[in-house]
Amino acid sequence: MKTNRLLASALVFLASTGSASAADAPSRLLTLDPVDLTVIILYFAAVLGIGFYLKKYTATGEDFFMAGRKMTAWIAGLSFISANLSSLETMGWSAMAYQYGMLGAHAYLIGAIPAILFLAVFMMPFYYICRTHSVPGYLKLRFGEASRSLAGISFTVMTVLVCGVNMFAMAKVMQLILGWNIHFSIWVSSITVAVYVSLGGLLSAVFNEVLQFFLIWLGILLIPILGIIEAGGWTNMIAAINAANPGQNFTSLWSNLGSPADNPIGLHWTGMVFGLGLAISFGYWCTDFLQVQRVMAAKNLRSAQNGTVIGAVLKMAVPIIVTIPGLLGLAVLTQKAGITLVPESVAQATGGHSYNEVLPLMMSRYLGPGLLGLGITAMIAGFMSGMAGNVSAFATVWTYDVYRPLIRKNASDSHYVRMGRWCSVIGVFIAIGTAYAAMWFSNILVYLQVLVGFFIVPLFGVVILGMTWKRATPAAGFWGFLAGILAAIGQWIYIHLHSGGFDPVRLNPAHVEKIAFTPLAMDFAVNLYSALWSLLFCMAVTVVVSVFTRPKPVSELKNLVMGLTRLPDEGPCPWYRKPGFWAAVVLAALIAVNIMFW
Amino acid sequence: MSEPKQIPIWFFIGVLLSVYGVLIFVSGVVRWLHPPAVRTVMEHLHPAVWWGLLLSVIGGFYTARYRPGRRESGKKGKP
Repeated sequence: MKTNRLLASALVFLASTGSASAADAPSRLLTLDPVDLTVIILYFAAVLGIGFYLKKYTATGEDFFMAGRKMTAWIAGLSFISANLSSLETMGWSAMAYQYGMLGAHAYLIGAIPAILFLAVFMMPFYYICRTHSVPGYLKLRFGEASRSLAGISFTVMTVLVCGVNMFAMAKVMQLILGWNIHFSIWVSSITVAVYVSLGGLLSAVFNEVLQFFLIWLGILLIPILGIIEAGGWTNMIAAINAANPGQNFTSLWSNLGSPADNPIGLHWTGMVFGLGLAISFGYWCTDFLQVQRVMAAKNLRSAQNGTVIGAVLKMAVPIIVTIPGLLGLAVLTQKAGITLVPESVAQATGGHSYNEVLPLMMSRYLGPGLLGLGITAMIAGFMSGMAGNVSAFATVWTYDVYRPLIRKNASDSHYVRMGRWCSVIGVFIAIGTAYAAMWFSNILVYLQVLVGFFIVPLFGVVILGMTWKRATPAAGFWGFLAGILAAIGQWIYIHLHSGGFDPVRLNPAHVEKIAFTPLAMDFAVNLYSALWSLLFCMAVTVVVSVFTRPKPVSELKNLVMGLTRLPDEGPCPWYRKPGFWAAVVLAALIAVNIMFW
Repeated sequence: MSEPKQIPIWFFIGVLLSVYGVLIFVSGVVRWLHPPAVRTVMEHLHPAVWWGLLLSVIGGFYTARYRPGRRESGKKGKP
């Protein structure tokens, strides 16, 4: 039944996009100049060339899965933030800014920075010192095989789903802007990613992520620059948005969060602080292995910590290329070009433009030949880097945390490298099958948010208790984690349960009120509260089960738990190179930005 | 891992940005000299020309600074 529904949605989507392309060709599609095509082809040649070049540097498992643990702080930091700055991210948060205004920027402020700094200063030493290959690997050392297997399996499922949504998003953009066949986009990008990740492993992924960082900034930065000039400056842009949305506050970070009725998300500040700022953010940034893997590959602990702090600085700058284009969509696209964006499901039914298309539409508005090719290359690079990030993390977790402990324990290192190469390819192809699941969601980021809530938030609950409380037991680690996952999935089903049955698209306001304290909460808001309850439930179960079960002996907890871990001596370090100093500076900047846009 | 010296990622970035910069700059100059019938919003500011120049400068810097033959001197091409 579920499969039929998905298939039907996919067919409706394909049919609608196909007809819309033909009907709206002049307004929706752009023709690439030869110079644009050259820019795009050069990019594909570069990433494939880098993949082939790096193959000779990835002979061992340590090289392939951890990039040899030799990254400098800057490369680790750029890669850390680029793995997150996929086009899914840029498109999704631009859509969020169009849909909900400046509130979307919280994903780059309270929704990221405190957690990244916490990872740098507090958690990274544990990950780094225990020399694990992955976050599930830490669970194995701290809680045992059962927790590791659960984390490994849930993470591989999640990475494949996220990889799939990257493909869907990319195919949509290519279809929207260029009229490219949706399958062509998916297959070309997938094969390219499969080739370069299977050749160079994490090293290849990291190289391409650093390259993508430059491309995405240089490809998109012109949009906010030209957009603000067109809008007549920042003040005029804000005034235009406020004038067009009387009674709604789209342009504040906090002053409209006093009541759910004061903002378009239907969110109270407690949801933003504790749901996004604590549950989602700490889960995602501190325990999502896709992120953590990048900085774990640094050459020493100090580089790993400083790389993470560099990532925090870069993250705080991202609203310039993500939130501002979304706000410009409200000020310029809607008011000057007369284009109003709608939810994905409405766009599919009417042939209109969805929120997810705000960034591509702004791109088509400002970027001429050459620049358009660069902008599209930035999008492609972002998508492929997002896919590659997921694929390389999938390969590591599958090989080390599922295949090796559960399927083949004592094979040679070269066997596991071969397995890593093969499952990079296989992971990409499984992900293709999940691409269309994204159509259920009004906004791509909501889909990602739901997946993080299901699998990563409970993981954080278990890991943080494991790191800080030596009494947490192996049994508690497993049952707490499982309880958190089930609580998250249960809440998601509950808010989509109607008298007529389950509907994955529509929220039930009565059920929403039980979770988010207001029936006004949109899916973004209710997911924040849902994540918070899952985290608390997971931690409560972990604590209760710990009380009734046997803990590990202290001798087995060395380098895994606070108080039992000694930091390595990495030599003298001046104050201006210490991660703690820079973390304090970034925290002060975060507070300043929040006050400035209060 | 230490056998053949790896070319730094910055060099690849430099080369690609240089090539992109030149392509975009030339394309912008052509459109400036021969304005097309259909123009993008704000095209009168000639963003392709200025952006192409910026890319060329950034790309040129990274290419020169991290070219393979120069790595052994100075700080070994590390950031």
